[in-house]
Amino acid sequence: MTLTTTSEVKTHGGSKIDRRSWKLPIAFAIVSLISGVLFIGFAEDAPTGFNLSTGTDLIQLPIVHLPALATGVIVTILTALIAVGSAFMISKDRAVPKWIPIVGAILALTGFLTWAAADETLRVPELLAGSLVLAVPLVFGALGGVISERVGVVNIAIEAQLLAGAFVSAVVGTLTGSAFAGLFAAAVAGMLVSFLLSVFAIKYLVNQIIVGVVINVLVSGLTGFLYSTWLTDNPEQLNNPEGFSTLSIPILSGIPIIGPVLFKQTLIVYLLYIIVAAVAFALYRTRWGLRLRAVGEHPKAADTVGINVTLTRFWNVALAGAIAGLGGAFITLSQTGQFGKDVTAGAGFIALAAVIFGRWDPIKATLAALLFGFASNLQNALSVVGSPVPSEFMLMLPYVVTIIAVAGLVGKSRPPAASGTPYIKG
Amino acid sequence: MSEPTPQKPEDQKPEDLKAEEAAVTETATTSETNQDTVRWTNAFREIASGNALLSLLAVVLAILIGGVLIAFTDSDVQEAAGYFFARPGDFFAAIGSAVGGAYLALFQGSIYDFRRDDFLSAIKPLTQTLVFATPLIAAGLGVAIAFRVGLFNIGGRGQIIVGAAFAGYASFAWDLPIVIHVTVAVIMGIIGGALWGAIAGLLKARTGAHEVIVTIMLNYVAYYLISFLLRTDLLKNPGSNNPKTPPAAENAILQPIFGDGFKLHWGFVLVVAATVVAWWLIDRSSLGFKFRAVGLNPHAARVAGVKVERIYIYVMLIAGGYAGLAASTEVLGTTTSGFTSGVDAGIGFDAITVALLGRSTPWGTFAAGILFGAFKAGGFTMQASQGIPIDIVLVVQSLIVLFIAAPPLVRAVFRLPQPGARAKKVVS
Repeated sequence: MTLTTTSEVKTHGGSKIDRRSWKLPIAFAIVSLISGVLFIGFAEDAPTGFNLSTGTDLIQLPIVHLPALATGVIVTILTALIAVGSAFMISKDRAVPKWIPIVGAILALTGFLTWAAADETLRVPELLAGSLVLAVPLVFGALGGVISERVGVVNIAIEAQLLAGAFVSAVVGTLTGSAFAGLFAAAVAGMLVSFLLSVFAIKYLVNQIIVGVVINVLVSGLTGFLYSTWLTDNPEQLNNPEGFSTLSIPILSGIPIIGPVLFKQTLIVYLLYIIVAAVAFALYRTRWGLRLRAVGEHPKAADTVGINVTLTRFWNVALAGAIAGLGGAFITLSQTGQFGKDVTAGAGFIALAAVIFGRWDPIKATLAALLFGFASNLQNALSVVGSPVPSEFMLMLPYVVTIIAVAGLVGKSRPPAASGTPYIKG
Repeated sequence: MSEPTPQKPEDQKPEDLKAEEAAVTETATTSETNQDTVRWTNAFREIASGNALLSLLAVVLAILIGGVLIAFTDSDVQEAAGYFFARPGDFFAAIGSAVGGAYLALFQGSIYDFRRDDFLSAIKPLTQTLVFATPLIAAGLGVAIAFRVGLFNIGGRGQIIVGAAFAGYASFAWDLPIVIHVTVAVIMGIIGGALWGAIAGLLKARTGAHEVIVTIMLNYVAYYLISFLLRTDLLKNPGSNNPKTPPAAENAILQPIFGDGFKLHWGFVLVVAATVVAWWLIDRSSLGFKFRAVGLNPHAARVAGVKVERIYIYVMLIAGGYAGLAASTEVLGTTTSGFTSGVDAGIGFDAITVALLGRSTPWGTFAAGILFGAFKAGGFTMQASQGIPIDIVLVVQSLIVLFIAAPPLVRAVFRLPQPGARAKKVVS
C-alpha cells in the first residue's frame, strides 16, 4: 500500500500493461507446431463422431463426423495463420481482437478431440455434464476465493473450507437424515474456518498466507483424526448422508446439448448458478460490492469515508467461507456419497489457481474453474473411447493447460491492491 | 550448490563469524569484548521480553488442545463421562490414562525410550527423529529461501518427485565406484529438483506467471510424469509388474552413521551442511543480500540495480535444489529399496509448515524440522501402541505454528501482560 495513487483505470476485461506482448503469436506458433506433428503426423485416417444428443432429448441431433486427418491439416493451417496474423498486428502496434485467441483455443481443442478419438464416437453432452460435476466444488471454492481476496484477505484456506464443509455435511446429513441440513451445516462449517482465518489475519495480524496454509493442515488433520477415531467405527450412523436427487427443469432441459448439461442437475448446482449470478452482479453493481472492493483496494480511503474496514473484511471472509463450504457439501453429498480422508484431494488449490487465472473476477474465475473441470473430465471420456495418449498425460493435461494459459495468455495478473496487507487504523 | 559471485571484498566477515562462534561457545564471563557484551545483553532481553517463553507456551498450548481432542474421542473417557456425577474420579482417571498414554508414547517414540535396558537402544528413537527430520529440513530450507525473496514455493512435492527420479535413476542405472556413485546420485537429485523449481522461476521472470499457480500445477505434472515413467523401463524394475523402481545400488547408498543398528544415515550430515550453506547464502553472501532486498521490496531492489527477474530464476533453482536434496536423502538413505510415485509422502507440504515455524531463517527451519521429525517419529509409535491416528500430529503441529505466529493470543491465554498498547506486525 503506497501513498501514491495510480491513475490506472482497470477496465472490465484486462489491463493495458502488455501492449506489445509477443506471447500470443509464440503460443499459437507452438500450438500449430504440435498440431502439425501430432494431428497430421500421427493421425489415423478415420472419421471421428461427435454425438451431440442424449437418448432422452426432445430434439435429436445427428451425429457429426469429422475426418481426423483433414481436421488436423485445417487446424494446423488455421492456428499457423493466427500466429502469423497476430504477430503482424503486434508489429504494427495494433491490438489483437479478443476473439482471436478464443477461436484459436476452440480450434486447437477440436483438433485434439478429433485426433484423440479417431474412429470412435464422443458423447459430447456426457462429456460436458461430467465436466460440470467435477467443476462445481471448484467454482464454489473459487467464488469464496474471489470474495475473500477482493475484500483484502488472501484465502489460501479454500481447501480447508471445502474439507470442513465436506466433513460436516456428511456427519450432519447422516445424523439428521436431511440433505438440506447437511448443506446448511457445511456453509456454517466453512464460515467457522473463515472465522479462524479472520481472527488470526485481521485481529492478530499474522501473515495471511501463513494462516491459510496452516489452517489447511489443521483442518486436514482434524477431519482426518475425527474420521479415523469416530466415523470409521460407525459409518452407517455417521457417514452415510442422503444425497440430493437430480431435478430436471421442464422446458430448459429439452434444449439440445446445453439442456442435459445444465438443467438436469441436483439442487446444489442450481444454487450455484444463482450464487454465481448474484456475486457477479452484486460485486460491481451494489453498495455492498463497492464497499467490498474499496476495502480490498484502498482500505485507508475506505476508512476515511466511514466504512468499517475490519468488520467489512470479517463478514465478507465469513461469507466466502460459507460459499466454499457449500462446495465441500457437493463433494460428499453428490460426488462421493460419503466423507473420506482428504476427500477434497487438492480441489481447494485448483480453485485458488482458478481465482488467479480468472483475475479475481467472479465470472472469469467461474470459467477458469469450468475449464479445469472439463480438462479433468476429458481424461475419463477419452479413456472410454481408447485414445492413443497414455492416461497419465491426459491426467496431466489440465495442469499443463493452466501453466501455458497463465504464462502465455494471462501473463502478469494484478491482485487487489491491499490483498494480503493487514489494515491498522491510525 | 549455488555459486554466488561476491562482488565486494568480504569486509568484516571473518570477525563477525568469530564473534558469533565466541558467543556460542564461550560464556559471558570469559569473553570480554564489547561486541559480545552487547550480544549477550540482547539475548537476555529477548528471553526476558518473552520470545522464547512464548514459543514454549505456544507448544504447551497446542499440546493441551491436542490432549483435549484425544480425551474427547477416547472411548474409555466417553464411557466414564456417562456416570460422571456418580464417580467423577473415573472420568479424570480415564482422561489421564488416554492423554498421558498418548504423549508418553509420543515421547518414547521420538526421544528416549526408558523401557529399554541399555542406553544405546533407549536413545534409538532420537536417531529415528533425526531420520524423519532430514528431508523435512532440506525441503523446508527450499521453501524458506524462496520465501526470503517473497516467492511462495508450494512446489516442494513436485521438486521432490523429480529429484527422486533423477537420484533414483542415477542410483540403479549407473555403475560407479564407491563414494563417487553416492556423490553423483545426490548431485543428480539436487539437479532434478533444481530444474523443476527453475521452471517456475523462469516462467515468473519471463512472463510474470504467478509462482503459486505454477508450482501447484507442476506438483501434479511431476506426479503424473513419474507415474508414467514408472510404467516404462526407464524407472520401473524390469523384474516386476509393480510401478516401483529397482533398489539403489550398494555404492549409491548413504550409509548409516552409527552402524547397521541405527537408521540414521549420512544424509543428516549433508543436511546440516546444507543448513550452513543456506545460512551463509542468505546472511553472508552478496547474492543473499540481493535475495533479501528483492523480498523486502522488489521495486526498490530494481531501482538499486538488482536484476529482479534473474533473482527469481536463481532462487527457484536453489529452492528446487534443496527439495532435490531432500529427495536424495530419502531414496538414497531412508528407503533404498526402490520407490513409487508416492515418494514425496507429504514432505513437500510439511516443508511449508516447517519453514513457516522456522520463520524462514536457516537455523530456525533446522530446529523446526527436528521438532516436526520428532512429532512424525513419535506419531507413528503413538498410532501403533495407543491406536491414536497420526493425524493428531498434524493438528498439534499446525496449532504450534498458529500460536507462535500470534504472540498476543498466547499472552492473553496465559494472562501475561501485553507489551505496548497494540501488537505489532508479527511475521514478515
